[in-house]
Amino acid sequence: MDRKHRIAARAAQELRDGDVVNLGVGIPTRVADHLPPGVDVYLHTENGLLGVGPAPKPGEVDPDVVNASKLPVTQTPGCSFFASDLSFSMIRGGHVDVAILGALQVDAQGRVANWSVPGATVLGVGGAMDLLVGAGRVIVTMSHTTRDGQPKIVQNASLPLTADRPVDLVITELAVFQVTETGLVLTELMPGATLEEVRRRTAAEFRVQLA
Amino acid sequence: MKQKILSKSDAIARIRDGMSIMVGGFGLVGAPLELIDELYRQGQKDLTVISNNVGEPGKGLSRLLEAGRIRKAIGSYFTSNPVVGEHVLAGKLEVELMPQGTFVEAIRAGGAGIGGFYTRASAGTLLAEGKETRVIGGQTYVLEYALTADVALIRAHKADRLGNLVYRKTARNFNPVMATAAKLVIAEVDEIVEVGQMDPEVIVTPHLYVDIIVQREGAT
Repeated sequence: MDRKHRIAARAAQELRDGDVVNLGVGIPTRVADHLPPGVDVYLHTENGLLGVGPAPKPGEVDPDVVNASKLPVTQTPGCSFFASDLSFSMIRGGHVDVAILGALQVDAQGRVANWSVPGATVLGVGGAMDLLVGAGRVIVTMSHTTRDGQPKIVQNASLPLTADRPVDLVITELAVFQVTETGLVLTELMPGATLEEVRRRTAAEFRVQLA
Repeated sequence: MKQKILSKSDAIARIRDGMSIMVGGFGLVGAPLELIDELYRQGQKDLTVISNNVGEPGKGLSRLLEAGRIRKAIGSYFTSNPVVGEHVLAGKLEVELMPQGTFVEAIRAGGAGIGGFYTRASAGTLLAEGKETRVIGGQTYVLEYALTADVALIRAHKADRLGNLVYRKTARNFNPVMATAAKLVIAEVDEIVEVGQMDPEVIVTPHLYVDIIVQREGAT
């Protein structure tokens, strides 16, 4: 299993039978491939579908059934379609149990920056801010460092924050951090990772409470 | 019975230079592409567009932008069309960016006679800078005002002759709410049926919101 699938598989263990789950772009979309047996979740996409199924087979694409990345998906039995105002009422109203999303940076308080790169003209935010304030539980799945090896878990974010609310859990290929009122707590090392390596590649303070 | 069915050229001829126009669709899904193309053909300019996205290069609203006919765009996600960035950098387009849930709720409020609302979304971020905030239940909320427009161009699947509308799957998105928030609502539909042929239990947009129905010419 490659790194991204390992992160997605760990995130899937957080889901409970019956959860309504919103999956962001990238690693989060793979979480659906790793659900434990007996766990049925209902995937919500903010463009107006509860009950997202897997990508369609070639030749079976319905152009009117897409996810929030505008990619073709399928509908599952028991699904429903609704307009965007109701979809975001679901999100802000706390009716989506779990949101799993990627991040550019996470700060020492567990707050996320995932919508804007400095220097570039800010031209898109989409539903990220609504999901971060509204979802019952927010889980970040991301690579531990940037492509050029810079830490993404940092004391203070250099990128603009997406919300003032901290997330609940951060999962990378090296570690799992719980976010508490007093900051980040390292609770798990991923297979093959060492505490020394996590310390070296993390630029935020954190406590260690390994099981 | 009032005749609501018009040709797309007669319908779009109601739009004047300088008007604000809501346009439905999530990307191109559920976008009224034939109405947009007719607007492009007729040449109205200096438009304010209220739409989640501004098309894709060469398609949908982006054609109007590329022709320099959009003055301002209000929406949530313009990143997927690089033409938007080029026009902003060149000083040819003003952009107002909102969280997607705030954007659609502002339109809902506009159509529902609500002047504004407080939302948690964007509190403590760049998008809330300069906006009034209020602490409610220990958390910071941001004041957002309603959005309305002169015209809404929407896409539905089926209409009856009165203007009752149903949509198709995720092509519904922003269309029903935009139908509530503009002075003139023009719906592009795949099919028009007689009054009484639609199940009243499944009608999403009741006819009082719809002024003009345009039958699509192309295949769906």
